[in-house]
Amino acid sequence: MISPPGFSRRGFLTVSALTGGGLMLLASIPAEAGAADGVLNAFVRIGADGFVTIQSKNPEVGQGIKTMLPMVIAEELDIDWAHVRVEQAPLDEAAFGRQFAGGSQSTPMNYTPLRRVGAAGRQMLVMAAAAKWNVPVGECRTAAGVVYHDKSRRSLGYGALASLAARVPPPALDKVVLKDPATFRIIGQRIGGVDNPKIVTGQKLFGIDVTLPGMLHAVFVKCPVFGGKVVAANVEAIRKMPGIHDAFVVRGRPGGLQALADGVAIVAKSWWVANRARQALHVEWDEGWAADHSTDGFAAEAERLGRAEPQTWLRRDGDPTGVMQGAAKVVEAPYAYPFIAHLALEPQNCTAHYRDGRVELWAPTQLPGPGRALVAKTLDIPADNVTVHMTRIGGGFGRRLCNDFMAEAAWIARQVGAPVKLLWTREDDVRHDFYRPAGFHHFKAGLDDKGGLVAFTDHFVSFSLDGKVADSAMMELSEFPAALVPNLAYGQSLIPFRVPTGPLRAPRSNALGFAFQSFIDELAHEAGRDPVEFRLALLGEPRTIESGGALRSFNTERMAAVLRKVAEVSGWAKRGSLPERTGMGVAFYFSHYGYFAEVVRVSVATSGDVKLDHVWAVGDVGNQIVNPSGAEQQVQGAVLDGIAAGLGQGITIERGRVRDRNFDTQRLMRMSQVPPVDVHFLTTPHPPTGLGEPALPPVLPALCNAIFAATGKRVRSLPVDPALLRA
Amino acid sequence: MPFTLKINGVSRSVDVDGDMPLLWVLRDELDLKGSKYGCGTGLCGACTVHLDGMPVRACMTPVSAVGNTSITTIEGIAADPVGRRVQAAWVKLDVPQCGYCQAGQIMAATALLRRVPHPTDADIDSAMSGNLCRCASYTRIRAAIKQAAQAKEAQL
Repeated sequence: MISPPGFSRRGFLTVSALTGGGLMLLASIPAEAGAADGVLNAFVRIGADGFVTIQSKNPEVGQGIKTMLPMVIAEELDIDWAHVRVEQAPLDEAAFGRQFAGGSQSTPMNYTPLRRVGAAGRQMLVMAAAAKWNVPVGECRTAAGVVYHDKSRRSLGYGALASLAARVPPPALDKVVLKDPATFRIIGQRIGGVDNPKIVTGQKLFGIDVTLPGMLHAVFVKCPVFGGKVVAANVEAIRKMPGIHDAFVVRGRPGGLQALADGVAIVAKSWWVANRARQALHVEWDEGWAADHSTDGFAAEAERLGRAEPQTWLRRDGDPTGVMQGAAKVVEAPYAYPFIAHLALEPQNCTAHYRDGRVELWAPTQLPGPGRALVAKTLDIPADNVTVHMTRIGGGFGRRLCNDFMAEAAWIARQVGAPVKLLWTREDDVRHDFYRPAGFHHFKAGLDDKGGLVAFTDHFVSFSLDGKVADSAMMELSEFPAALVPNLAYGQSLIPFRVPTGPLRAPRSNALGFAFQSFIDELAHEAGRDPVEFRLALLGEPRTIESGGALRSFNTERMAAVLRKVAEVSGWAKRGSLPERTGMGVAFYFSHYGYFAEVVRVSVATSGDVKLDHVWAVGDVGNQIVNPSGAEQQVQGAVLDGIAAGLGQGITIERGRVRDRNFDTQRLMRMSQVPPVDVHFLTTPHPPTGLGEPALPPVLPALCNAIFAATGKRVRSLPVDPALLRA
Repeated sequence: MPFTLKINGVSRSVDVDGDMPLLWVLRDELDLKGSKYGCGTGLCGACTVHLDGMPVRACMTPVSAVGNTSITTIEGIAADPVGRRVQAAWVKLDVPQCGYCQAGQIMAATALLRRVPHPTDADIDSAMSGNLCRCASYTRIRAAIKQAAQAKEAQL
């Protein structure tokens, strides 16, 4: 479809974000929108052929958003999905509202606003038809891309109305009439990914696939110790190597962890030649203060701190110490989890072209707006001089919320004076991640003589950077079972470090879920109670525990419902008849507005090897699953992601360096390990929320609780060590 | 060094070092971007191509070792009826999440089905366990392989 000459999105109509994610039409459509196409708003363009092009606003990272958000618009526009073409929107947050992939936010922030965008478009088409026929708008109806006036038996397809509709003043979005969900024809259907035909034929889609005329290829070598600086490098010798275009030292820029770091860039006509030259590169580094970091050292320090009083109290309810002294039983346990890397399969990359004070970037980024700001700051140019094209992304998992690779590509491209594609090796990716922080918990709880939980404390040992809690290394005051146990205290101590950390799928929750829900399971067993029944008792009466906004608040009834359902579908009550060394474990977790309870069944060999037999996941994310195909994928993917991390991942740091390099020591799940993962959703009268993350946190504790059920051995440290599970 | 390669039925000439891996010849010299770089050490399978119908890791295969063998990449797999069935099953069952590994998965699956037209779960496990999917779309990969095994030409 060809845009009308002089097409300018801002000139036609803009939709702007209000706080809370609302959208508002800001401008009307000028008369020149004529021509054959009809641009109804920033998201919708209707061709004379009746095909509708819908802009997908957010980055596609594998969460299915490029399909799912256009489905929402198409539904209310009332067209056939077969007549929809989807385009990746440009980065223009004035037109599209906030554009990012993170926090399972796309659904809660966009579901209703984009329904309104589609409904506004439908209303403009109806108004255009009514005006043309000179009949009341109220006598017209739409179905599958056609406006009908039944009285006069007239009808017109959207294509024929497109240019007329584009001249209709757009309605106020808060006044448009939305469909009755009972009449949905697209929302709620299993719809395949819009890029699937290109993916299965190997067409260019991803950042790594970008090619520009005259493009050069770069690698960027950073200090293996975090924060290290270049003292000297043999770049002259590298420049003389065959096929090398340039090699130079890059000096880091001030700013946070994402700011440009010191390093050496090697640029060549082919990436393999540039990367091969690293073998001849010699760099003298000033390693800085992080050179004494080690994961063993952190663990020892955490143990020392854990024995002392917490440095700070996050929360103190009642009198946990006093109540524990009088408790029938006191249970204590330490839990620990490691740093882990994101391991997105597409290594970090970015293509940049700098010309005349302006830079254009093609970037697989989850946060394109902040990426643009970072590049502008790095190059000292106005943000308006930075253009970011969003490519499809070969996995994010939170890694691409950090845009360090964009700053590197932009800097190198300016220095080289030609288009440059920067590509990291897998080793670069594993060794220069923003890791999920490690953490250490010292739990203590008191049970009364009826097996009731009467007191609960956690001393959480985490990390600080520059005097603040490190990124994704904090704990919420509302962490379960806060507010459900009368005597409860959460304390915290911090180890200063300089390891880059950041969000990983279900940040914080992916680790806290393991520790808390495993210890809760210990308490159920110590109390001699069924782990499901013990949790239901803890949840208690149906109520909402307020925590900053309706969506964030925790509703005990919703959690109890998914827990009961997973017990039912997994056959929990019959687990007594399982064979020896086979066990079932349960856990639940509330994160990203989603309620999930999961059961895992494992068989543990006498060698200690863990075989996954089955996983059942039950979720409650509100009243509507937009795309059941994508939703099922997200839940299955999150479940298997969590299990893989628990069984095979953990970064080791020695002398300030990450020892791990590749998928040999950082193991992802493989086909032969994959169990059936049954997915169920409860439909509840709440606004729909996201699915990228909330299914992950409960699976790790469910797995470890199943291992306990099978072997009698508690997994209190990740990754799972089979040597400790031998018969 | 000049090399003449037979890729997807077409003869292509390149002038590169003999130890340049086939993956980088395909991607950077010939602009065939479908085969993906994931690990560079044969651990993930994202770069899987066929040499005379056999799945190999293009990131570990020096171009000098290819010789006269016939190279098939994801861009050319539709010329094979089995490859077409696999592609169709992948779309029908909505297999991809991020999609980055899927070219390698499809190449591995096609090689499996050419060798074993009706694979068991154990056949699928052994043929596919070298191909990582970070999004863990494995359940659908397995289902799509079975679907492709059952599909007839006419259903495409």
